[in-house]
Amino acid sequence: MSRNRENMTVTQSAEHPLLQVQGLTVGFRRGGQWNDVVRDVGFSVSGGETLAIVGESGSGKSVTSMALMQLLPRDNSRISGQALFRGIDLLQLDERQMERIRGDRISMIFQEPMTSLNPVMTIGAQIAESILTHRRIGKAEARAEALAMMDRVRIPSAKSRYDDFPHQFSGGMRQRVMIAAALACQPDLLIADEPTTALDVTIQAQVLDLIKELQAESGMGVIFITHDMGVVAEVSDRTLVMYHGDVIESGTTEQIFRRPAKAYTSALLSAVPRLGSMTGNAVPTPYPVFDIASGKLREPGPRPNTLREGPPYLLQVSDLSKRFAIQSKLLKRTIARVHAVEGVSFTLRQGETLSIVGESGCGKSTTGKLITGLHDRDEGRVVLAGRELGAIPAVERAHDIQMIFQDPYASLNPRLRIGEAITEPLRIHGKASATEQREIAASLLTRVGLQPEMAGRYPHEFSGGQRQRICVARALVMKPKVIVADEAVSALDVTMKTQVVNLMMDLQQEMGLGFVFISHDMAVVERISHRIAVMYLGEIVEIGPRAAIFENPRHPYTRRLLGAVPVPDPARRHQRGAAVVTELRSPVRPPDYRRPVRRYLEISDDHFVLDSGEDWQ
Amino acid sequence: MGWFVRRLAQSLVMLWVVVSLVFLSIHFVPGDPAELLLAQDGGSPDPLMVQMLREQLGLDRPLPEQYSHNVMGILRGDLGASMVDGSSVGQEVMRRLPRTLELIAAAGILSLLIGIPAGVLSALRPRGRFSRGAAVVAGTAQSVPVFVLGTLLVVLFAQVLGWLPAGGFVPFSRDPGKHLQLLVLPAATIAIGLSAIVFRITRASMLDVLPLDFIRTARAKGVPARRVIIRHALRNALMPVITVFALQLGGLLAGTVLVETVFNWPGLSGMLVAGVNARDYPVVTGVLVVVSAFYIGLNLLVDIIYGITDPRVRK
Repeated sequence: MSRNRENMTVTQSAEHPLLQVQGLTVGFRRGGQWNDVVRDVGFSVSGGETLAIVGESGSGKSVTSMALMQLLPRDNSRISGQALFRGIDLLQLDERQMERIRGDRISMIFQEPMTSLNPVMTIGAQIAESILTHRRIGKAEARAEALAMMDRVRIPSAKSRYDDFPHQFSGGMRQRVMIAAALACQPDLLIADEPTTALDVTIQAQVLDLIKELQAESGMGVIFITHDMGVVAEVSDRTLVMYHGDVIESGTTEQIFRRPAKAYTSALLSAVPRLGSMTGNAVPTPYPVFDIASGKLREPGPRPNTLREGPPYLLQVSDLSKRFAIQSKLLKRTIARVHAVEGVSFTLRQGETLSIVGESGCGKSTTGKLITGLHDRDEGRVVLAGRELGAIPAVERAHDIQMIFQDPYASLNPRLRIGEAITEPLRIHGKASATEQREIAASLLTRVGLQPEMAGRYPHEFSGGQRQRICVARALVMKPKVIVADEAVSALDVTMKTQVVNLMMDLQQEMGLGFVFISHDMAVVERISHRIAVMYLGEIVEIGPRAAIFENPRHPYTRRLLGAVPVPDPARRHQRGAAVVTELRSPVRPPDYRRPVRRYLEISDDHFVLDSGEDWQ
Repeated sequence: MGWFVRRLAQSLVMLWVVVSLVFLSIHFVPGDPAELLLAQDGGSPDPLMVQMLREQLGLDRPLPEQYSHNVMGILRGDLGASMVDGSSVGQEVMRRLPRTLELIAAAGILSLLIGIPAGVLSALRPRGRFSRGAAVVAGTAQSVPVFVLGTLLVVLFAQVLGWLPAGGFVPFSRDPGKHLQLLVLPAATIAIGLSAIVFRITRASMLDVLPLDFIRTARAKGVPARRVIIRHALRNALMPVITVFALQLGGLLAGTVLVETVFNWPGLSGMLVAGVNARDYPVVTGVLVVVSAFYIGLNLLVDIIYGITDPRVRK
């Protein structure tokens, strides 16, 4: 460890960067063993500059920032190296000195706005707390400053919301509160750790805009930690790529995107979903596979179309509706209803992938649960492989339709060996002997790209991507005709994501599966879909072939959704128009609400858009 | 506000259920109170005397009438008269209740003062020396029965060291110093077991809260460690502590019997025990109803405190 005290006297000048990190190594102790998770990291950030640290989970990007802020538990972590901030080595400071820097000179915002605010403090108090901690001013003054800060981060009607609690705010608004608290003392440096990852894409665009504007106003340096190359291209001047604790490449963002020096960076970039990369492709095409050994990108060959035109339909859904009653506490009277799904109609053919896209709360997951029978529908018809859904016994339904869920960590029973987890449906249905079950498990594991010997292992021995493959295998065991994938790749790192998407496409080709692919990720949707349905407030606002939706979006909401997707091209960094500050409107309606009669306009063949009238003027 | 009214209405319903249960359990348990009362000296009582006593006590009326009489009485605040000496149950309860409450309050405050700081310190370094030592002490404290603990304390502090009186009661108004001296040992006896519980819940709850994201946020804002622990962590961690503590306190209202007996503290428990022994049903009913009312009131108070500490409960 270098203890270079002379550096304490170095003064800040224009040439000197704000923060200069050298040889940063971070280790954790686990069971008496020290394990370095970040090795020899070096970088610098100047005022007004944005540095992106990119990497997948486990790359050490968050640990790096936590180490700089000395927020890691001191007992079982060790940090060495040097981090000169305005000439002072942060790593040599004790807790007391570090407290004076945190929140005042260097601030931090985090990924989860839903859990990063104290639930029992008003949001105003949480912003004012930053000021009161670092400035010697009275409560009234701090309140006034906090209010000014709330205005700066554009929280509407700040004054009336000052005394509200976090649970009364949406995710996007909470992230604004976090930013307000972080910037209240005008720090020189902001560390943003995946600040938009948990947000919807339109909200993400707003928050990114906000950070950029505030940076332009104050000239602060920003370290932006993310796994999303699109966001990197959007925000950063320079980029640092991390892999398993090492910096493997750094440079200006343009260099990194144009001429990546390392194979891993190329792999990361090739995995980046690019909106519009499918233009001109008639059928869904798997991602190009980057071969790290040879350093070459293998483009997938031309694909036959898996879609069988015309009837018979795998799925015919008409006027599907689901409302959840909100009841008064005492008398259990229905005081309002959440109109989660309203008048949704679509069809799915053999070998077809229909994507349902939209932001949180739009009803896409509820739709998935309705067509698999996990929720009971209030209105409408679902015809599954020629039979009315309600008329199919649950046991048989499993042969027709299966579901894959978002979180591969939570959706596998930790105490069940994966072989057992995969074949559990067979046991329930009494379909196969023990030997047959083992054979089926082995062949399915091979099918999803794992080894048959893995059947005896437990879920915690697998990575997220592998677990999602196991979930796919489990969904396949009953040989269903339709698979509903509810955000099935959203929680995966990009390289894993592309692999699982490619796997799903292979399976479709082989088995003629129909997919209902529920996702908020427009870029993946573009890759995998034959047709797309855009949902907003429980209704389909636009539905049509992929090319029509992406190249000729007609509904204002579809346009807004597409416009908010970050473009992974640094050259086009400033081209995206300013995002409109909006929040999703509420699908909660009074009990006597009647849905107005809806009309869909046919734009072109099979492309329909909801005529929403003055709602969107 | 609507929330509070609803909660209050719930409490009143609960009280009514308790009164009804006490009434029913007394009237459906086999054996006639009048007969039992007169049969105390062994032989079978004179049927005429029994009849007269039944009339006198109103036990000959139809059950619904007795029930409404009983409930109306309680609503008017009239708990009836003792069958043994005819004295007013209400007056006797009111005389003794403050003493029991004082004992419990003293024990409660003491246990919070010990249990919460110990729990917080222990959670900050869960594997540290303090934490391990405190766990052993708490385990021991919880496993020793109160009458043993009480007796031990009497032997140690009253007999060996001679610092405090062994037991008894002097009204505060007569001799404040003596009153408080007499309060120390019984209160400590209850507090030791109670603080072990408070310690455990505080520790567990703090361990749940400390790794949460908003604690990291507070630290990232530069909030000093002490303030992070108290203002951010402890305030969120207190909810389960309040719940368990209130349930324990409620239990203590009727459960101080042993302690009050060991230390000759003339509280409610003595009255309840005497009432049961003498088959003095109005006394038993009266004590139980008052204790239940307190228990329910305490729960109401807890919910109100919830509402103050956790804004998500109010709605």
